Amino acid sequence: MTLSISLTVNGLARSITLDDPRVTLLDLLRERLDLTGAKKGCDRGQCGACTILVNGRRINACLALALSYDGADILTIEGVAQGDELHPVQSAFIDHDALQCGFCTPGQIMSVIGLLREAQTGNDPERIREAMSGNLCRCGAYIGITEAVLDAQNRMADAEGHR
Amino acid sequence: MNHFEYAKPTTIAEAIKLGQASGAAFLAGGTNLLDLMKGGVTHPGSLIDIAHLPGLDIIETLGDGSVRIGALVRNADLAHDPDFAKKFPAIAEALLSGASAQLRNVATVGGNLLQRTRCAYFYDLASACNKRAPGAGCDARGGENRGHAVLGWSEACIATNPSDFCVPLAALDAVVEIDGPAGRRDIPFEQFHQLPGTTPERETALAPGELIIAVRLPATAAEFAAHARYVKLRERTSYAFAVVSAVAALRFDGPTIGEARLALGSVAAKPWRAHAAEAVLVGGKPSADNFRRAAEAALADAKPSGANEAKIELARRILVRACTLAALGTPERIPALPASPFATPAGAIIHD
Ligand SMILES: Cc1cc2nc3c(=O)[nH]c(=O)nc-3n(C[C@H](O)[C@H](O)[C@H](O)COP(=O)(O)OP(=O)(O)OC[C@H]3O[C@@H](n4cnc5c(N)ncnc54)[C@H](O)[C@@H]3O)c2cc1C
Ligand code: SF4
Ligand code: FES
Ligand code: FES
Repeated sequence: MTLSISLTVNGLARSITLDDPRVTLLDLLRERLDLTGAKKGCDRGQCGACTILVNGRRINACLALALSYDGADILTIEGVAQGDELHPVQSAFIDHDALQCGFCTPGQIMSVIGLLREAQTGNDPERIREAMSGNLCRCGAYIGITEAVLDAQNRMADAEGHR
Repeated sequence: MNHFEYAKPTTIAEAIKLGQASGAAFLAGGTNLLDLMKGGVTHPGSLIDIAHLPGLDIIETLGDGSVRIGALVRNADLAHDPDFAKKFPAIAEALLSGASAQLRNVATVGGNLLQRTRCAYFYDLASACNKRAPGAGCDARGGENRGHAVLGWSEACIATNPSDFCVPLAALDAVVEIDGPAGRRDIPFEQFHQLPGTTPERETALAPGELIIAVRLPATAAEFAAHARYVKLRERTSYAFAVVSAVAALRFDGPTIGEARLALGSVAAKPWRAHAAEAVLVGGKPSADNFRRAAEAALADAKPSGANEAKIELARRILVRACTLAALGTPERIPALPASPFATPAGAIIHD
């Protein structure tokens, strides 16, 4: 059985032929499109390391059957910087030491970008922590992550204000 | 994961037709189904992808004032719909206390209702489990079972239904709309999930090939909006299944309770409506004593299925907490930690 789908991945249109229906978006990205930014932590929806944006919403790529996402617009960590200019969330993670080993970081950053689009937390650290609970960090960088979210949110609001 | 055929029907009729094949399973968000397939716990021969069926992702108010939620509405979209959350704040709070933001963005209404009643031994292929392999026995009975059922369990199975969403749906008399090979029908929510008895592999009243189309809430369910809370005890603050949970929805006639809706979660194989406890509250004041008496009534038939006697008292206390918070009034906004027993109610109370 061959099955084909088309996706937009980080702005590029891709036509993909799958020889196996079992492929998840995570395996498709990592093993067939050489985009290894999204990580496979648990492969079962329990850690958030595989978080990507699909049509602007954060999801766990490990529990997404690729075939079911025909036509989707996908954004991964590889697609968030503008050339050499980091995304404000990436810069904020660096500035606030929001990582240690870095394994969870691509998922954390994509989750934060999704969180900011959802616009539910405001600048309440408790709401931010709750909204980020789907991303585990084994190094315990949580304090820095919350600071980075607050800071990135301010920076993005400022940038918006200067337009 | 086993190999499977994949089909993507474009109409409900086509989906129902394909769903009748033996070994077929409907795929919605996939967050429970794919998880079980990865674990080798279930192995459908074909996946019928219903995620893109048209017209099932709508929340609408019908002529009689009831609210109809399409089966493909995502859990996050339902919880964040301002009109819906205003009418049914305990449902929104329950949804937001479940899983994670990523999972809620994908999980559907129909899939949430049909996530498996399960336990760790069900997931562990090396363990005996009557639900996974009927007749095999149940390793939970002599195993780690402090989280298992205290109500409605059977010798065959002591697993609990973990859905948060379903707890307020049971309390508020929701109706499940079904379409299938034999046509359309409605199932009252309380009859939708079934107790294990001798057939724990059968969890709901759905017949093979039947599709959930929508969930309906009667217009009267919105009368509890000013006093409705969900409380969920977890082993960590967030992103965890309930140890026990409870919903309380009250309607006041002056200073007394005119009508009460109570249900418990994660205590049985189905969301547990507590009718006897509701009767205790009606006509009385919202006092700590009355709430405790109601909780005693709710758990009157409870018995441990293993080393889980503590759950019975936990369930009573969580129900008292839910009643107490509901009586104080629904907060203007869902608390930062939805359904958390740690959230303080001070400050954000409105009475209207
Ligand atoms: C890590 C993790 C944590 C979680 N924590 C919680 C929690 O705290 N609280 C909670 O309540 N839930 C929790 N969940 C469960 C989650 O809510 C469910 O997985 C989700 O709601 C299932 O929805 P879905 O659309 O992805 O269903 P799917 O996985 O697509 O389907 C689930 C089942 O329903 C059937 N189905 C789906 N839609 C229909 C339909 N319309 N008609 C007929 N059959 C249908 C499928 O065939 C399948 O059997 C958690 C899940 C994970 C992975
Ligand atoms: S409690 Fe039920 S699901 Fe768990 S092992 Fe026993 S039969 Fe299986
Ligand atoms: S790898 Fe997807 S949630 Fe852990
Ligand atoms: S930085 Fe190491 S797991 Fe988060």
